[in-house]
Amino acid sequence: MEISPDLVLSLYRSMQRIRKFELRLQEVYRSGAMPGFIHLYVGEEAVAAGVCAHLSREDYVTSTHRGHGHAIAKGVGMGETFAEIWGKPIGVNGGRGGSMHIYDPSCGFLGTNGIVGAGIPMASGAGMAALLRGAGQVAVSFFGDGAVNNCAFHEGINLAGALALPVVFVCENNLYATETPFNRVTANTNVASRGAAYGIPGIHVDGNDVLEIYRVAGEAIERARGGEGPTLIECATYRHLGHFEGDPGTGYRSKEEIAEWKQRDPIERLVQGAIESGAVRESDFLGVEREVDAEVEQAYEFAKAGDEADPGTVAQFVYAPERP
Amino acid sequence: MMETREISYVDAGVEALQEEMRRDASIFYVGQGIGKRGGNFKQSRSLWEEFGDLRVRDMPISELGQVGMGVGAAMAGARPIVDIVFLDMVMEAMGQIVEQAATIHYTSNGKFQVPLVVRAAMGSVRCTGPHHSRCFYSWFAHIPGLKVVLPASAKDVKGLMKTAIRDDGPVIFIEHKFFYNKKGPVPSGEYAIPFGQANVCRKGKDVTILAMSLMVWHAVEAAARLEQEGISVEVIDPRTIVPFDEETLLESVRKTGRLLIVDEAQEFCGFSGEAAAIVSSKAFDDLDAPIRRLCALNTPHPFNPILEAAMLPSVDSIVDAVRRLVAS
Repeated sequence: MEISPDLVLSLYRSMQRIRKFELRLQEVYRSGAMPGFIHLYVGEEAVAAGVCAHLSREDYVTSTHRGHGHAIAKGVGMGETFAEIWGKPIGVNGGRGGSMHIYDPSCGFLGTNGIVGAGIPMASGAGMAALLRGAGQVAVSFFGDGAVNNCAFHEGINLAGALALPVVFVCENNLYATETPFNRVTANTNVASRGAAYGIPGIHVDGNDVLEIYRVAGEAIERARGGEGPTLIECATYRHLGHFEGDPGTGYRSKEEIAEWKQRDPIERLVQGAIESGAVRESDFLGVEREVDAEVEQAYEFAKAGDEADPGTVAQFVYAPERP
Repeated sequence: MMETREISYVDAGVEALQEEMRRDASIFYVGQGIGKRGGNFKQSRSLWEEFGDLRVRDMPISELGQVGMGVGAAMAGARPIVDIVFLDMVMEAMGQIVEQAATIHYTSNGKFQVPLVVRAAMGSVRCTGPHHSRCFYSWFAHIPGLKVVLPASAKDVKGLMKTAIRDDGPVIFIEHKFFYNKKGPVPSGEYAIPFGQANVCRKGKDVTILAMSLMVWHAVEAAARLEQEGISVEVIDPRTIVPFDEETLLESVRKTGRLLIVDEAQEFCGFSGEAAAIVSSKAFDDLDAPIRRLCALNTPHPFNPILEAAMLPSVDSIVDAVRRLVAS
């Protein structure tokens, strides 16, 4: 695989857009301005960025409760996403969904999701629709290690295998389901090995190495588009923050473990590697970073300026409109 | 009047599927044993031969997976019909139905539609015990976003299935196993039956019976017997409980002043209670007697035929309940 400076900068931009978006969101949330609760993706950006780099707006993604990064990487507008999480009517879903219910048909984003594992069979369904349409679209399902012991994982992936659907299943294994260590709840912590159970390829990848994810996801997506069926990719990664904003994330994880994973920060690793090899100059990264800072600030301002919801709209959209 | 022929309930359903699938290539049909086998009840007979393996596909026994697949496919522009065969097994898929299918149009601010039909058969037929008999339809009616259909005749199953497939939201389509081989007049030409329009199966002036699914048949038979005793019974089949045609029921009760609700599901927290609440809040002054309910007893379904008969409403118990209601 050829790694061009443009590719490096593009993956860097994608990761920084997520990182800076999440950190800005965290500030606003901590100020008390934002209702509900949020699960931040900081530390895991390489997965969304590396996979979504291969997807067009016609492809589909299902996501999770920790899904802001997937939404942004898939092309949901940053300002509209910020506003949605803030509960504003100018949000992508009018503020009716919030953090765990972000949907955008304009870019095939089939939703973040409050139910662990639920997006897995839904991605198989999007793959089924793609197969019927025959236009070469693929579906990607992101989920965590917490989803892989759920029947939705088993049933959704088995179905995709049986029907050779164009789907890529991407497990973000961050080692903890909320606070429960993965190795306490399964005798098989090798998620990639579970592909064999469904007769599909299962690949383990360093989830903090965006170039490696980009390479592996590219092959899997190509297989899916080519009618060769689904792939399961396990990305070993880690969330720098707590399970939700407000959870310090330290009661069940040692300081050493957290520090060790921060050493492997996906953004810093990409930058260091590219500068050391001479592929990209530091000033180029800084240029992108400034642009992203401006974009995030604009998204924040857009969301902040939004009006509050009109209670008169509460009963809208329960049922699809009647056809004429 | 449109010309009709006598065909079975199950064949009428198949006709609806054939006609719709010919009309719209985005419709596909999945379920366990619905392919070459044609369905446990022959409810998908001949579809696989006509539409092929891509559009009519046998599924593993993965109820949640199938419905989840239906939700995703519907969001991605297809029109899936997921046949779970037995309503009891739909319980395995409840998360996808309630949390995803029913909710996504609302939470997406109307941006995504989920045109999904979940099809299943309910009811006790020939002592099938607690895992193949239940009538869980009230559960779905409780969830905003779902439409709930209970066809009680061959004509209705075809006309309502067409409307279900054309609806742009999720529809829970619940047939009754008792009906599948029962024949009835079905129009020869194209027709669809809109949701939310009750069927007044029999006109009467002394008592109104509101009944769903198989209980409609029992109520009509009970009404014929009661007529010989000089009691005139009006039987109303709502056909869909979401949306529910309140007006037809209220109009009838305003005329008769007496209401019996017959339900094959349990009484406690069931749809019968909802219907009673609607009538008592909107037509209280027209009632000449308290609303009565005749429902399944609050027990699981026993296998033993004597116990099962003791648990479910029957023509005899409906006749008896009407007599008591008229005397009160």
